[in-house]
Amino acid sequence: MFTGVLAGSFLVAGVAAAQDPAHRPGEEAVDAYTVTDANAGATPFTGTAMLEAFHGQPGIDRIVDSMLDQAKADPRTAGIFVAPDMVRLRRTLKEQFCYLLGGDCSYTGRSMIDAHDDLGLQPADMGALVEHLQNAMAAEGVPFHTQNRFLARLAPMRRDIVTRQGG
Amino acid sequence: MNRRAIVLTLLLSAAAGGAQAQSFIPDARSGGKLLLTGGVSTIEGSGGGGIATWATVTGYGEEDGIGGNAHVTLVDLPDYQFRTAGAAIGLWDRVELSAARQEFDTGDTGALLGLGQGFTFAQDVIGVKVRLTGDAVYDQDRWMPQIAVGAQHKRNDQGAIITAVGGQDDQGTEFFVAATKLFLARSVLVSGAVRYTNANQTGLLGFGGDANDDREAQFEGSVGWLLRRNLVVGAEYRTKPDNLSFAAENDWFDVYAAYALNKHLSVTAAWADLGSIATFDDQRGLYVSLQAGF
Repeated sequence: MFTGVLAGSFLVAGVAAAQDPAHRPGEEAVDAYTVTDANAGATPFTGTAMLEAFHGQPGIDRIVDSMLDQAKADPRTAGIFVAPDMVRLRRTLKEQFCYLLGGDCSYTGRSMIDAHDDLGLQPADMGALVEHLQNAMAAEGVPFHTQNRFLARLAPMRRDIVTRQGG
Repeated sequence: MNRRAIVLTLLLSAAAGGAQAQSFIPDARSGGKLLLTGGVSTIEGSGGGGIATWATVTGYGEEDGIGGNAHVTLVDLPDYQFRTAGAAIGLWDRVELSAARQEFDTGDTGALLGLGQGFTFAQDVIGVKVRLTGDAVYDQDRWMPQIAVGAQHKRNDQGAIITAVGGQDDQGTEFFVAATKLFLARSVLVSGAVRYTNANQTGLLGFGGDANDDREAQFEGSVGWLLRRNLVVGAEYRTKPDNLSFAAENDWFDVYAAYALNKHLSVTAAWADLGSIATFDDQRGLYVSLQAGF
């Protein structure tokens, strides 16, 4: 049985092209999924104002790296990031932010439901992660009201991200 | 597939099923809400603005935690001083329980009213609020606000005076429904509540009166503009019954700024216009409130 599963995954890996988003170099393999911008979970902003306020791709890269570094260092959320593939997470989050902020990017990661269904995040985790993002955006110099416009796009994703809601 | 493999598969799936079942129960955690999103403490002790109750559950607990706080509030008016202190607890962002003691100190005005220098009305308020639906902060793709219902029971310690001025009762119960929504993309918070009440000056002058004894629907609302993560400014309005023939009662209004040092300490300052109180007009003054909690 296990041999069959392994053979199956090798088969998928063998067929995959070099740019298969599920199997980028340096990243751990994930189960095959349909790649679509719809997986980003929200409608992108139109125009260039948002992207400019976030200082383009370099700014987005700094914000995502800062957010994840904080999340790994924060005792409230460090446990979430022990197992996940951080190389892949940094890449897909940067793609997602770039896509949603109206940049010339495609999101190649999984849907919010699929990306979080094994993590067991609870409401307080969500709050902490938002705070990390707020800190990162403030450090990048994104104006507060612009931060809120972006957070308003992300906020409904909580329904897919938080899987341990309790009663 | 041999028998050992089948047993192993069954065991593994049983363990996976067990882990899955357990994983729906979150750990108890406090402080899950974002700064200021639990609101501050109203004069009646419930979570909200200053004079308007919100649909939010007080404190910083999310669905996986408990929050709580204590507050003191002072409103310094030309002819009176209004003080309140209380405590409230929020349970799993679902239920709020609150208690407050209010003191309405007539100071020098007490002698002019024939009550005596420094005569003070005191009122105890206990409240309960239950969130029915919605998430004021995270439901940014929906118009549906967070909605809560609640009740407040108030007991005034000056029954004889209340009777003398035409009040019908020294205690009363009010019911309310509140709706609160953060329009995050605009950094604006809007909240409104309808309170079914016959309280005179929120109960400080008793309940019901010689002019009207029935409960009626009154409105209280807040708007707020988020300037920073830890600072919101805004305004509030509250309509009130007018049950006592000896003294007209006016709607209340304030403009406020609420500042959170962190999730444990916040201060709210306002300029409040409480209108005419017991025949003394133009009761406008500074409102200051401190809240400590988690």
